[in-house]
Amino acid sequence: MATFPKFRNFVGAGVLASAVLLAFACARRPSSGGLLSADAAQRVYVAPGQYDEFYAFMSGGFNGQIGVYGLPSGRRLKTIPVFSQYPENGYGYSEETKPMLNTSYGFIPWDDTHHPALSQTNGEDDGRWLFINANNTPRIARIDLTRFETDEILEIPNAGGNHGSPFMTSNSEYVVSATRFSVPVPNTDVPISSFKKNFRGQISFIRADQPGKMRVEFQMLMPGFNYDLARAGKGKSEGWFFFSMYNTEQANSLLEVNASQHDKDFVAAVNWKAIEGCAKSGKVKNTTASYSHNFTDEFTRQAKSETITSVPQFEAKDCPGAVYFMPTPKSPHGADVDPTGEYIAAGGKLASVIPVHSFTKLLKAIEDKAYEGEIEGIPVLKYEATLAGEVKNPGLGPLHTEFDGKGYAYTSFFISSEVVKWKLGTWEVVDRVPTYYSIGHLMIPGGGTMKPTPKYLVAMNKITKDRYLPTGPELTQSAQLYDITGDKMKLLLDFPTEGEPHYAQAILASKIKDRQVKFYKLADSKAPMVTRSEKETGLSREGKKVHVRMTAIRSHFSPDNIEGVQVGDTVLFHVTNLEQDWDVPHGFAIMGAQNGELLIMPGETRTLSWVPRKPGVYPMYCTDFCSALHQEMQGYVRVSAPGSNVALSGVTSKGPQPAAKAEAASKKKQ
Amino acid sequence: MCAGFVLPLWRVDLVAPQYPEGLGMLIRVNTVVGVKEQDLNSINNLNHYIGMKRIEPDSIPELRYMPAILGVLVVSALGVAAIGKRGVLYAWSVVLAAVLGAGLYDYWKWGYAYGHELDAETAIIKIEGMTYQPPLIGSKQLLNFTATSWPASGGWALVIATVLVGVAIWHSARRASPTAHAG
Repeated sequence: MATFPKFRNFVGAGVLASAVLLAFACARRPSSGGLLSADAAQRVYVAPGQYDEFYAFMSGGFNGQIGVYGLPSGRRLKTIPVFSQYPENGYGYSEETKPMLNTSYGFIPWDDTHHPALSQTNGEDDGRWLFINANNTPRIARIDLTRFETDEILEIPNAGGNHGSPFMTSNSEYVVSATRFSVPVPNTDVPISSFKKNFRGQISFIRADQPGKMRVEFQMLMPGFNYDLARAGKGKSEGWFFFSMYNTEQANSLLEVNASQHDKDFVAAVNWKAIEGCAKSGKVKNTTASYSHNFTDEFTRQAKSETITSVPQFEAKDCPGAVYFMPTPKSPHGADVDPTGEYIAAGGKLASVIPVHSFTKLLKAIEDKAYEGEIEGIPVLKYEATLAGEVKNPGLGPLHTEFDGKGYAYTSFFISSEVVKWKLGTWEVVDRVPTYYSIGHLMIPGGGTMKPTPKYLVAMNKITKDRYLPTGPELTQSAQLYDITGDKMKLLLDFPTEGEPHYAQAILASKIKDRQVKFYKLADSKAPMVTRSEKETGLSREGKKVHVRMTAIRSHFSPDNIEGVQVGDTVLFHVTNLEQDWDVPHGFAIMGAQNGELLIMPGETRTLSWVPRKPGVYPMYCTDFCSALHQEMQGYVRVSAPGSNVALSGVTSKGPQPAAKAEAASKKKQ
Repeated sequence: MCAGFVLPLWRVDLVAPQYPEGLGMLIRVNTVVGVKEQDLNSINNLNHYIGMKRIEPDSIPELRYMPAILGVLVVSALGVAAIGKRGVLYAWSVVLAAVLGAGLYDYWKWGYAYGHELDAETAIIKIEGMTYQPPLIGSKQLLNFTATSWPASGGWALVIATVLVGVAIWHSARRASPTAHAG
């Protein structure tokens, strides 16, 4: 009855016939998983002016960004642009930020973000940085969580589709990149049908604990399979990493059939401490490559892009003890390690069980050489030798598992559209709840670390169909929030998300909120074109380039009347926001700009490049409603024909305007 | 009284819908500073809307010689205590009251000047009859800001010192009276 509260009301009113009809109407829509909606509403209600308990960082998928949400309310707080240009704040449009999107393929304005990873200290999310992968043009980005800004992007050489990335080790030593597509290494013009001969997989370990110094520490060449997801070992499995893979059939066409032939694919157990040893003994060689490393300096606030020309690389077989294959049923997606580090749960997309490997048994199997063969010099262990147990009849299409630190695991099932809770050790299913519809990843705050905060579980769904008001052919993506504090999971809330969140991270707000940068100190700015006061503003010409050093403060630009620009010039507006106060950004836009706008934080200098095409007078204005007189924050740029003798000048004049003065003077004469 | 050298004497807080966290100024014996590092700068920037002069501590001469005045008061207080004569104490307390009164009057005068001497030519917001003098003590609504002015820790220390002087006078007066002698 609780699921049909209206039904009960109607019975009470004695209108039975109507009630039957209504019950049918209700039955068409799934109910809220057993909680009375008023209780659920109370659990997710964050009163006006109050804060959420958690920050959630949800990948934007094909929008190339990260969406920041509060939990439990599901309120969207911010979009952090990472791999995509972002018109809202000029990221990827301003001269300072353009270099962030540089790659060995040139400037790329878009990518596909999948798996955010928070930095960790002692196996616990610490809230310093967030990393995320670019799936299409392989890259990893580091976002600083005092500013919620992308600070650094490293391209991954010899990768094709950076999907198995950027999972984090317990002390932020490394994030990883496992290539989804195997590609020729180095990439050359070969027949696609020569896949088995020429295509290689690779797994890269990227140094992650020093801002500005992300680098590929070593890259291990692997058999030409598809690499999917990963998790670092922790606790007793510290020093290891686990990678899932599919297409061990090595198909290069119609993978949905051809890569689903083997009964078992693999989870690779990688001993990165052993690889560090191999690197020290000279088995890792610098190999020619060409890839970009982009970094924003904290004080200049300016991104720089450098090209790196070599990568430390080795063949997996040349570092004995580095890799072992654990056979795992049917194209595993997740390879998820429990908080103790003992269990590795693998979600075989087409498997009828969830196999769980044991780290203790893995070590024993290696010691006993319990091999069933080897592939390209990599030992393949016997399935039973590493298997701790199987969760039987869990559901259809297991994908990804997280843990609550209390002995339970939660696995998402895409095909049967549900979350299944099961017990580590006994492998019994203890609860299941439907998702609406077709869940991909799920997330518990810290659920992939040694210290989960098991209050909520977020399901990220791929299909929403009838869950929201329809919006044409493309519907919103959806997250669902479940309460997991009791024995039974309870659905609390649906909330729409931006882009397509694949995976997410969440962390107690208290670890982040009090460390926020509020503005940039003008006195500390090392921006090359910083203008610290209106006295320092000015114009200068360098051939066809005109530099405008400009300031913005409530509520005017200085200068705001600019003349002497000519068609054919490139005008660089270097705008410094002179405010030294929180939440007072200024914007800058000029008519006909083919680039974008600027959004300039207090104390920051940002540059817009503008190429006027024809003579005339061009309005410019502040785009961020900054003050009561925001609408007055405007000016003009006069553009003259090439070779014009109009002098370059820029003024902001107080008091009666020159023309008005002249008019007044002429009136006096009369 | 020495506390007046290190602790702020007076505090003005400004709260508005746009500034729920508040902006504030501390008046010290030798300078005026923001409660938060950038507060004074922010207050000055906001004041340009009403045509108020920038509050620049360097342009307020009193702040240069106030430490000396306070120093003289402290030294003379020690001197009065050493002499231990009632007449001297009375005289000194009159001087103290005069100095404190003059200080408060001067503070009020600066507040009056800042609040009234508005640059009509550059003021953006002009409201007939509106002035922007913060209160000496208490709260006042100035457009969207609620301005609250109170003695700060150093100011309270001076208040306590003054009360103690009063107590000392009362004591010495009691001792001087015949009944006190008899007691």
